[in-house]
Amino acid sequence: MAAQSDTPVLELVDLVAGYRSRQGPLGRSRAVRAVAGVNLAVRAGETVCLVGESGCGKSTVARAVVSLLRPIAGEVRFDGRDVTALDRAGRRDLRRQVQLVFQDPYASLNPKMTVHDLLSEAWRIHPGIVPRGDWDAEVAALLERVGLNPGHATRYPHQFSGGQRQRISIARALAVRPRLIVCDEPVSALDVSIQAQILNLLARLQRELGVAYLFITHDLGVVRHFADRVAVMHLGTIVESGQTEQVYERPAHPYTQALLSAAPSVDDWRAQEGEEIVLRGDVPSPLDPPSGCRFHTRCWKARDLCRAEEPALVRRDTDHPVACHFATDAHVVAADGH
Amino acid sequence: MTELLTVSDLAVSFGEVRAVRGVSFGVAEATTLAIVGESGSGKSLSSLAVLGLLPAQAQVTAGSIHWDGRDLRACGADELRQLRGTDIAMIFQDPLSALNPSLTVGYQIGEMFRRRRGLGRDEARRRAIEAMTEVGIPDAARRAGSYPHEFSGGMRQRVMIAMALALDPRLLIADEPTTALDVTVQAQILRLLRKRQRDGLAMIIISHDLGVVARTAQSVVVMYAGRAVESGPVADLYTVPAHPYTLGLMAASPSARDAGRRPQPIDGYPPDGAALPTGCAFHPRCPFARQRCRTEDPELRTVAPGRTSACHFAEEVLSRGGAVGHPRA
Amino acid sequence: MRSTAATIAGSVLALFVLVAVFGPLLVPYDNVTTRMADRLLPPGSTLSEGGFALLGTDQHGRDVLAQVVAGSRVSLLVAVTVVVVGGFVGLVLGLLAGYYGGWTDTVISRLGDMQLAFPSILLAILLAGVLGPSLTNVIIALAVTRWVIFARVVRGSALTTRNREFVDSARVMGASDVRIMARYILPSCVQPLLVAATVQVGLTMVAEAALSFLGLGVPIDQASWGSTIANGRDYLDSAWWIAAVPGLALTLVVICVGVLGDAARDDSDPAKSSGLGRKPLRRRKAGTPAAGSTAAETTGDSTQAVAR
Repeated sequence: MAAQSDTPVLELVDLVAGYRSRQGPLGRSRAVRAVAGVNLAVRAGETVCLVGESGCGKSTVARAVVSLLRPIAGEVRFDGRDVTALDRAGRRDLRRQVQLVFQDPYASLNPKMTVHDLLSEAWRIHPGIVPRGDWDAEVAALLERVGLNPGHATRYPHQFSGGQRQRISIARALAVRPRLIVCDEPVSALDVSIQAQILNLLARLQRELGVAYLFITHDLGVVRHFADRVAVMHLGTIVESGQTEQVYERPAHPYTQALLSAAPSVDDWRAQEGEEIVLRGDVPSPLDPPSGCRFHTRCWKARDLCRAEEPALVRRDTDHPVACHFATDAHVVAADGH
Repeated sequence: MTELLTVSDLAVSFGEVRAVRGVSFGVAEATTLAIVGESGSGKSLSSLAVLGLLPAQAQVTAGSIHWDGRDLRACGADELRQLRGTDIAMIFQDPLSALNPSLTVGYQIGEMFRRRRGLGRDEARRRAIEAMTEVGIPDAARRAGSYPHEFSGGMRQRVMIAMALALDPRLLIADEPTTALDVTVQAQILRLLRKRQRDGLAMIIISHDLGVVARTAQSVVVMYAGRAVESGPVADLYTVPAHPYTLGLMAASPSARDAGRRPQPIDGYPPDGAALPTGCAFHPRCPFARQRCRTEDPELRTVAPGRTSACHFAEEVLSRGGAVGHPRA
Repeated sequence: MRSTAATIAGSVLALFVLVAVFGPLLVPYDNVTTRMADRLLPPGSTLSEGGFALLGTDQHGRDVLAQVVAGSRVSLLVAVTVVVVGGFVGLVLGLLAGYYGGWTDTVISRLGDMQLAFPSILLAILLAGVLGPSLTNVIIALAVTRWVIFARVVRGSALTTRNREFVDSARVMGASDVRIMARYILPSCVQPLLVAATVQVGLTMVAEAALSFLGLGVPIDQASWGSTIANGRDYLDSAWWIAAVPGLALTLVVICVGVLGDAARDDSDPAKSSGLGRKPLRRRKAGTPAAGSTAAETTGDSTQAVAR
């Protein structure tokens, strides 16, 4: 993808974040650490994917990055500055640099605003980006850029299909000319035939504008050809990270191996029964994570050490960091269909 | 092999919209048929029509539905209700909205035995726990006393399956059964469904995901804009699609394990059911489209043994080879 | 529906407003003179001095039509002013409570609860008694009792809207709290506020009547629909027209306001005004538990339970 510089646009340092949860109607509310110490960097013009299942904390990371959520501990650094320490003006400036594209294009666009209002909203809030006289032309240019008819600026969101609405969301994010866009499952709600359209659009915009993406998804298949780097998240921690091909070709953490094996593929009709890795049980609750390695309750490799000691995310006998005491990159994914 | 359920030329209108415009499919014992399509393709309405569960605004306007020799369109509401649950069961994408939040799951599964089998409270409860154990719910005796919201999404779907299979139906219709679930849980549920199918259950899986279909079905019907555009055995259809839409859908499907497969989009958007294009409904998005496609809606015809396609140029599509060889790829 | 029903309702209301403004000039109402000879005449009677009582007379021989015309001025003024003032105060406090939550919400909501626990007419009586009978004081007394209703309605919609994704989207964009409340939260509160307002217009008229009946309302030399209805209460079986005519006027106004409220609501919803609804989402993955995991899993497709 685009050229990468050395200073990360975004850096998460030991990020701990979460929400309050109440147990029962009369119970005391307590903090749930949905994100329990995450380190991650996104460089300019780069695409980093955060992959994990529901409840792993990936969306909490997204909300912390765009300051919708205050971290409990740790830092969110933008251009090397800790955003939690910023004053009002600094935060306002930050809003111009980081944008978010939501999963559900039906819920994330105000149904009572026209496309023109939705896109020009940014310039109303941040005067100085585009002079008022140029709004019409700029709206048309943005629509054109994301592959929509510029003549549709006076329409309302409900007059568009899901894929078109997601294009509007992307245009809205681009309106402030951000350096980083956090994409929270931007294609999960779309039809398969449309998903690749949106991914191709995002890739083209990155080439043209040099914007960086933090792409959050549950679907390993979607990001294989889109990400520069991948981080796999499980129950609040990153269990494996590396260049995309390292993680996909040589997955070292049992959880990554299971995820890859379980991801459905059109080639699966060739697969034999029992080939794929099927984990036991459910994802444990983030309210009460297991001791030691948080994956040990579902892991077929788990031993006593895993129950007692949480493995660090470091390079082991592997070419990329893995948080598993028994990581090997020699493992061949069992269910590779061919 | 004789078919348990045979649906021919089914048409369903939803208000003014002709949502299903002639779909035929059949399923035999111990086999799985998949109906594949995107949102608005009419795949869910087709299956709801079989069970007589269409929403109020929708109605069957043509076609026949035969179950084990009986004409279901001629059946009254009571007869259909009798059939549902005992002979034909159904599970949905979202188990939470399909379960009663104020009753324990043990009671809800037990209700099947009390109502339909006339069993007593204790016996029904015992059978409910058995059914829950069978679908892999750990510690079923204790969990039977829990309420739906106390289960995870995957466990809830297991509860739904336990309830659906409680009375040993002969056919299970599963509408996007794993779409709301995590990948690792999806793998568990699909394995469970496959096992029941091998034990003799006939299944219809409705899905938008060609990968899920590949893991479960033996034969496939692909739907687009209310029509079946292609059907055939999984191995044939996945190796060489006979309709440009199937070809495009295969090329658009992501794969986590195949580095050579970069998803290719299909241009344009699915049509609005109220304003379908003239001729073949897929022609505005089709790389094979020619003048004839704009005026003449192609018939679904046999293009190879056991395979049908609704494309004027099916032979040309077939000769293009595998899904990766999409003309624009 | 907008074209016909709303037009009719609007015309009727406009007529009432015209009557309220100019009516008393055409049909003068004399509160003081009582003519015992013309007591309780039914509609269409001829008066002793030769006049014609289109809608009859009351127990003091006063013309009912003149009373209703004179009363429309007071009743409409009180009802509209109370609903506007109470609605505005309720809107602001409800928005603040719903949007900010926390202690702001606690203070405003508890204040409202305390007031609701106290019968509102009693509170109005208390206030009107302390302030003394005058038009302004009636408006103040009634507005104080009404704001809670509006605040609750607005708080409820603000609470649900502030968690919608498009509001998060505005926050990420950098929109200020004031802007979010004005452009994102407020529009979603308009519809329930209008519905509440249409109901309150009627209730306020009745409450004003009750105050007037007790002598705490408008001064005795001014007529209002409420006081005329109260006057006619004892004569319902002998002279129904005294209460029925102003009652009919009140009903007509309330219905017309309701119809206009509906039309305004439909107008403020772009999806509805063009006859298109929201399409259900085909597919959604569960979000973070923070965002409400159960809500995120629901879809439009799946509706019924397994067949029974």
